Amino acid sequence: MATEPTTTPQTLTSELALQMYEQMRRIRSFEERVNDLYRSAKMPGLAHLYIGEEAVAVGVCSALHRDDYITSTHRGHGHCLAKGASIERMFCELLGKEAGYCHGKGGSMHIADHEHGNLGANAIVGGSTGIATGAAFSAKSRRTGQVAVCFFGEGALGQGVLYEVMNMASLWQLPVIYVCEQNFYNEYTHYSETTAGEVAARPAAFGIPEEEVDGQDVRAVFDAACRAVERARSGGGPAFLTCATYRFHGHHVGDIDRGYYRSKDEEEQWRRRDPVEILAAWLVDRGIADRSKLERVDENLAAEIAAAADAALEAPYPDPREVNEHVYA
Amino acid sequence: MPELSYREAVRDALSQAMRNDEDVFIMGEDIAEMGGSMGVTQGMLEEFGPDRVRNTPISEMAIVGSGIGAAIQGMRPVVEVMYEDFLTISMEQIVNQAAKHRYMSGGQLKVPLTIRTQGGAGWSPGAQHAQQVEAWFVGVPGLKVVFASTPSDVRGLLWSAIYDDNPVIFFEHRTLYGLKEELAEEIEPIPIGQARVHRQGEDVTVVATGRLVHEALAAAEEAGQQGVSVEVVDPRTLQPLDEDAIVASVKKTNRCVVAHEAVTRMGFGAEVAAVVQHQAFDWLDAPVERVGAKFTPLPFAPVMEEYVVPHATDVLEAIQKTVQRDGSS
Repeated sequence: MATEPTTTPQTLTSELALQMYEQMRRIRSFEERVNDLYRSAKMPGLAHLYIGEEAVAVGVCSALHRDDYITSTHRGHGHCLAKGASIERMFCELLGKEAGYCHGKGGSMHIADHEHGNLGANAIVGGSTGIATGAAFSAKSRRTGQVAVCFFGEGALGQGVLYEVMNMASLWQLPVIYVCEQNFYNEYTHYSETTAGEVAARPAAFGIPEEEVDGQDVRAVFDAACRAVERARSGGGPAFLTCATYRFHGHHVGDIDRGYYRSKDEEEQWRRRDPVEILAAWLVDRGIADRSKLERVDENLAAEIAAAADAALEAPYPDPREVNEHVYA
Repeated sequence: MPELSYREAVRDALSQAMRNDEDVFIMGEDIAEMGGSMGVTQGMLEEFGPDRVRNTPISEMAIVGSGIGAAIQGMRPVVEVMYEDFLTISMEQIVNQAAKHRYMSGGQLKVPLTIRTQGGAGWSPGAQHAQQVEAWFVGVPGLKVVFASTPSDVRGLLWSAIYDDNPVIFFEHRTLYGLKEELAEEIEPIPIGQARVHRQGEDVTVVATGRLVHEALAAAEEAGQQGVSVEVVDPRTLQPLDEDAIVASVKKTNRCVVAHEAVTRMGFGAEVAAVVQHQAFDWLDAPVERVGAKFTPLPFAPVMEEYVVPHATDVLEAIQKTVQRDGSS
């Protein structure tokens, strides 16, 4: 398998910063539309919104090549989009349409996009950690120069498989980066009730370098990701990034009354650290873009999202008789 | 033609596949220097080196999980889970991940992973090192399940499993490792999903798997001396199941016994009995008899273990039961 001739971008150019803004904004608008679709009963199943956490997916994926791998979670729309997925095919999948990434067989929690190295979102907490580690094993064995990123929330710290694969990745110096999206809540329970000791001590126990990052600052995430990716790509083995972030919405769309597990005050404080706004302010401050330019980006995206969602709503459902396809290769 | 044991036949399939294809590798607990707990992979480290004959931590989830990740990338991993009982530890990865990623991704991904494992009573290890668990896997769409009973079958089927694009659970039986057979040097692949008629007969069909194939052959010999002609059919692949071969045999003999070492209740034989009664109802002269283990965990004391699992005498008794019933009544 050929490696792309590009190198990982090490410096944040103005152009890349603007691309990151656009990508974060795209995820935000996409998720807002998902919220509407779900609440108006047009979307079946479950919807776990990524709003508030966009800087993690965008910061990390901006440090990756197209053929690098990611594995994702039940809260995975942001990862898919940041890795390059088409919004229309995603909307189609979320609505169970034939033109979706998985022809309607996956849904919100199972989007895979092999063309962009996305090996699939996973509805089992910690379930994809083995897959990411195995993809890194394959990259190393075949000397392709690819790396694999494994996204998971801090809830996965409760799953034994994570520790099994971190041990393996460190022993075999595999090019895998474990990205812990520390949003402080295992579903509806504060992580301090479920997580003993220090998070950082866990990768440290396996000799895996760990970095703690402000997950609301996409530039900080990007820098840390570049360091981890470069080290992994050059044979330096795995890394573990803990990105402190926050889900602005509930665990899933229906999680509206959240007072029993977190306060409105806390939510308000985090909303003042909106990752999209933090980057926008920086772009304006640096003179890379003015507010009207950013508004134009927002408007263009709004039109793009609306068109894609409308197309998906109109798109045909799969023929139920296709259920037997893809059970076996 | 060289004489190979069942153990050597497994090793020969692995070695020839690894010589044939760089993407085939093996990993598992103690498989390198030690050659595996059953000695199956002895000598392979010397030929292929530690990158392709890889000792793993005692981490069944990580062994299977990283195997899935490497398989999704197009490698053909053959992972060894030391005892069938230990499949329980990797169940999440097998059932939720290996079996489903092709389906959930709408056909974008495939998982050409082989999971070799072994089990079987007859040596008094107690309850956690010898049970037969194939029935837990045959009901999982997306998995293929193979259980070979002779050196030629185990070699030809393992080759096919390795080159199959689906996850295959490959059961070997501990008490068969020493069984010998003359085999050609060149491997003749045996298609997955094809039963084998071991012995032709006219009066009763015995559908048997694993060790019970040999018990059934012994029972058939005995029955022959009593004037009852027994046909012995080994499905070899439990999923997919060669229903046609089984049904054709029963339509000829009009009587059927199903025999396996696993517990009778809810066992694989129940599915075979259902297939036979549904597809050959008008041909049956007697109810389908089932032979299997009593519904207990495996006890330790040799006299108890021997009492729990079925033997040739149990198969013979079941044969006699079916012929004693008058088909015309």
